[in-house]
Amino acid sequence: MRLSMAWLDTLWLQVTGTVCNIACRHCFISCGPKVRKHDYMTVEQCQAALDSAKSEGLRAIWFTGGEPFLHPDILELMDAALEVGPLGVLTNGMLIDDALAAAIGERFRNAPYNLEIRVSLDGCTAEQNDRIRGKGVFDAACAGLRRLAENGVPALVAVSLVDDDAMDQARLVEVLTGLGLERPRIKWIPAFRIGREERRGRGYEAWEMLTPEDVAHPETPHRLQCGTSRTVTSNGVWPCPILINEPDFRLADSLDAALGPHRVDHKACYTCYVEGFSCST
Amino acid sequence: MLDVTSEHRKVALFGGSYNNWKATEAVLADAKRRGCDGVWFLGDVGGFGPHPDRTAEVLRSAELGLVQGNYDDSVGSSREDCACGYTDPRDNHFAQISYDYTLANTHAEHRAWLAAMPASARIRVGEKTVHLCHGSPRQVNEFLWESTTPAGFVEHLCNRYETDLLACTHTGIHWERRLADGRGLVNVGAVGRPANDGRQNVWYAVLEWVDGRVRTELVPLEYDWEAVVAEMRAEGLPEEFVETLATGWWTTCLEILPARERVAGRF
Repeated sequence: MRLSMAWLDTLWLQVTGTVCNIACRHCFISCGPKVRKHDYMTVEQCQAALDSAKSEGLRAIWFTGGEPFLHPDILELMDAALEVGPLGVLTNGMLIDDALAAAIGERFRNAPYNLEIRVSLDGCTAEQNDRIRGKGVFDAACAGLRRLAENGVPALVAVSLVDDDAMDQARLVEVLTGLGLERPRIKWIPAFRIGREERRGRGYEAWEMLTPEDVAHPETPHRLQCGTSRTVTSNGVWPCPILINEPDFRLADSLDAALGPHRVDHKACYTCYVEGFSCST
Repeated sequence: MLDVTSEHRKVALFGGSYNNWKATEAVLADAKRRGCDGVWFLGDVGGFGPHPDRTAEVLRSAELGLVQGNYDDSVGSSREDCACGYTDPRDNHFAQISYDYTLANTHAEHRAWLAAMPASARIRVGEKTVHLCHGSPRQVNEFLWESTTPAGFVEHLCNRYETDLLACTHTGIHWERRLADGRGLVNVGAVGRPANDGRQNVWYAVLEWVDGRVRTELVPLEYDWEAVVAEMRAEGLPEEFVETLATGWWTTCLEILPARERVAGRF
């Protein structure tokens, strides 16, 4: 089953590949400190993708990984992206020290386009969060959020809905307000039952699949983020950030060659479809 | 491509009436006072204001061109919601209140009129083509904010729709971006609610052919917001909506704002 794109207007760059400073138990692409399945992208690779996407009508750029702020040239990459369009960075927030927070703040205020920083937090307490994300992660992420707030950057907080004991939204808002976020913004992320999450929670059931009728519906390219976006890593181009460890879903070496119809018969496609989910904010 | 519907030297473009019939009356009077030879409405008759039929009547008795908004399509076809594209539960809660109120209070004859509006239009201002739409030329509920609509994307749309200028509304905040070659995009803002800047006035745009180019003026418009506020309270509409007209700060539908536009507001 293949889907034709409506258009390409969103570009995901896996700037640090699968390399992360932590190894969350629910990570659907199983990132970690020594996971080099997808390596860091070079500045040239990122620029080439930006240039190709720009000619297609690019209007949103997202950096993810792994942990984007591990990249030694991250500020240069951010500047290159912000010259072309609005940028979002998905981060665990742990590496945002005072100097980096100030550099982000300067770009938030003065870049040509919007800069969105999205920090992952999977609990209102260290106990809740760290059982999924690792010891000490809650405190470090909160410190990053606080530094961003001090520099005038209203980070958005991404919360994974992986456990049955749902996150207490009112409590989370309290926690975030306490960190200096005046108007907390929260994005809820459904569980993708692949990677480490398949072992931690459960895998997909046989019936959890898109049907040919789903794929043929004219609204589907707008309901699935792969209908308007592509993801580039050091290893090539994929339809979305979720499927970069699925070699059968790899599209091409370069973005220009990756804009044709793509497969949407992965189990994870079902989650995006039924949740109306997009990795974008 | 669509045929050009009308030709102008000086044209007023406005959108987002959101049931604010006083502001809708005011923009028509202001355009006349400024000597515009035409007026186009870019969609969304209904919304969070009072007495939906009054705005429909004001618009239907005026001589003007029409482009359909997502609200008009929804109300016109009696759909379940406004299709504004919100994802946040609080936004959807308040959006549903205004939508249900508007749908329940829009006469069937006006609903048929809403349903029949065209999705887009093309006009000429002097020697230039202007493509009129609600959200974007490709999607009625696509949000074109200043901070998230890069120059390259504006150029792409101008090429794709073979136009010199694009005019839209839908976000409720006015802005303009011109390319080096003079083409560009203008978001005319909304007359139905203020621009989240702490001022009660609302906004529209006047495009005029001057010295071989289309000059855009984004126009702040004063109107009798106190009368509208009184009607909203009498209708029992949420105080959150009233507060927006009375203070100039948005209190609902905030989650869709990009971070940069969000920090410019109070909430």
